[in-house]
Amino acid sequence: MSETRGTKPVLTIRPRRAWLPAHPSELWAFRELMVRFAARDITLRYRQTALGAIWVVLVPLLGAGILSFVFGGVADLQGPPGIPYFVFTLAGMVAWTTFSQITTRSSAILVGNAGLVGKVYFPRLLLPISTVLSTMVDAAVSLVLLVALLVISGVRPGLGVLTFPLWFLLFVALALGIGFASGALMVRYRDIQYIVPVGIQFLLFASPVAYTLASVPASAQTLYELNPLTGLLEGIRWSLIGTERPTIGLAIYSAVFSLVVLVLGTLVFTRMERQFADVI
Amino acid sequence: MSSDLSIRVEGLGKAYTIRHQQNDHVTLAQVALERAKHPLRRHEREDFWALRDVSFEVNRGEVLGVIGRNGAGKSTLLKLLTRITGPSTGRIDLWGRVGSLLEVGTGFHPELTGRENIYLNGSILGMTRKEIEGQFEAIVDFAGVDRFLDTPVKRYSSGMYVRLAFAVAAHLETEILLVDEVLAVGDQDFQKKCLGKMHEVAKDGRTVLFVSHQLASVGELCDRAILLEAGQLSEIGTPEAIIALYTQVDRRRGRVVDPSSRRGTGEYRITSAEAGDGNFSCAEPKVFRCTIERARPFCPPPYVSGLVRNASQEIVAQMDSFLLGARAPDANRSDLELRIAQPWLPPGDYTVDLFLHLHGVVDAFHDALGFAVVGPLPYPHSGGDSSWDRAPILADFDITFLAGRPIDGPSRGETDQ
Repeated sequence: MSETRGTKPVLTIRPRRAWLPAHPSELWAFRELMVRFAARDITLRYRQTALGAIWVVLVPLLGAGILSFVFGGVADLQGPPGIPYFVFTLAGMVAWTTFSQITTRSSAILVGNAGLVGKVYFPRLLLPISTVLSTMVDAAVSLVLLVALLVISGVRPGLGVLTFPLWFLLFVALALGIGFASGALMVRYRDIQYIVPVGIQFLLFASPVAYTLASVPASAQTLYELNPLTGLLEGIRWSLIGTERPTIGLAIYSAVFSLVVLVLGTLVFTRMERQFADVI
Repeated sequence: MSSDLSIRVEGLGKAYTIRHQQNDHVTLAQVALERAKHPLRRHEREDFWALRDVSFEVNRGEVLGVIGRNGAGKSTLLKLLTRITGPSTGRIDLWGRVGSLLEVGTGFHPELTGRENIYLNGSILGMTRKEIEGQFEAIVDFAGVDRFLDTPVKRYSSGMYVRLAFAVAAHLETEILLVDEVLAVGDQDFQKKCLGKMHEVAKDGRTVLFVSHQLASVGELCDRAILLEAGQLSEIGTPEAIIALYTQVDRRRGRVVDPSSRRGTGEYRITSAEAGDGNFSCAEPKVFRCTIERARPFCPPPYVSGLVRNASQEIVAQMDSFLLGARAPDANRSDLELRIAQPWLPPGDYTVDLFLHLHGVVDAFHDALGFAVVGPLPYPHSGGDSSWDRAPILADFDITFLAGRPIDGPSRGETDQ
């Protein structure tokens, strides 16, 4: 038709070894595939389970239950006044689970789909990003539970609730940044698959998920504040259940840290992306 | 025919790095340790060019066959065209979306139902939801799995699985389609169906790059063909010319093998082997000549044996001078002739492995020579492929129709048709 020898090709493939994605707009063009990957993950997670989707509700409840039993019951830590310990831990759990699941899933998803990566083309970033979508479903359910509990227990978040999306996105950014980099590295070095869970476990204990930063001994507080999750957790709890607001400095530090990790992760990923099919 | 370009490949190359190192550093710890021990040492690397300086153009609506032996770079070329991996040199210009039937069923998940897999696989292959919906009926129909759409594909028979996978891929509506060996799936009937589909696609005015070992289908489907040899493009031409060249190339090989690198105790070595001009008809005797030389003095002469393999590496004939009670002559150098009068072989490419043996293997020369069997078939009528291509050999058979029986005769439940 109109395509003659003079016209520009639709696509040109050249050797490149760049730090930036070649065709960022492709991510949008392939959005349907991203949704399919996420849908597949969600479908498979609960297929051939007796309780099916009920697990989506049960898992966060059980998780928060265990945390409040251990920290609130056994360790007898004090939550912020006026907020039931269970509600307090559930708020922390929502954020923590979102972070840990995106990190774990996105770091493992390339190797887990080695067959696809070696045989079909699509923007590789799609795979780790799709884990955000599938994790959001769990997060949404947990949030609905939390809101229900807030109404029942009469806890009111302040105006800070408006900043919730911001905190949530920062969690996603931090998790994705780690996931991009570790996922890309895992293609070549399978060691990463052992490091990530250990790192996550360490972070769970090094972050104020089931207790407030205030209940951390003063001597360890500075150390805690170096962990970007501390600021994010304090921030998201402030927005959700109206606990003490993190200092502006801590909030900015955590936000910048998360965004830098996201950028670095993306750079590492695109840098290594071209070799995935050759070494996976 | 329009001369609109569809694919332009210029100076395309792909190098893989091979590390010369006893222990390849697979883990981070090993890499870090190595770096720490020898901070300045660069790894000894060597580039292996899977594809080098390949240039060609394909016009819109053209079906281009890609022929070459294993390792000639066919798969690498397809991987570059589909962007699965990136090139090291050169460029590719594409006028249109590329769809590929590289690995049928990639991305199929056993736990998902047929319906779910059609959508997932379609998206993976680059179809939009609308396209999949538009083609859904056709896909299901082509695969013949309509009753099992909501069954997880892990409960499918392998035939159904493959049919569904191919059906999705075959309904890709991209302007450029890459096909690799997919015709080797399913049973004979389904293969026929696939071949028919390929014809249809080609007639549609879409550009097809067709990679295959099945020379017959290349000849049948393609407008032009290219021959890849050791990563380089050695010729572009009509399918017939390229196939002829390929079979010649095939016969030339083998002699480059260094005898000392071969398995065996090595008292005697096969130093050359050939199959005349390398073409035989189905029924004529296949005659091969080879030369053996004594590598160490005073060693007793060995027996000679050979295996004939077809293109799928199946052994179709075996010969051994031991069975004839004959050993090579007690000489420093001797020529011998191997001859197979039967069985008849179907058209195709064959290779011969030659062996010298005595109390063990003296020399194992795999792929010592190659030959092609070309038609016509040794039967009075040629018929369709499926009337002969199911067996690795052609039978010298006869079917005699004995006297017919009248239908209303004293039949005991037997009927003629």
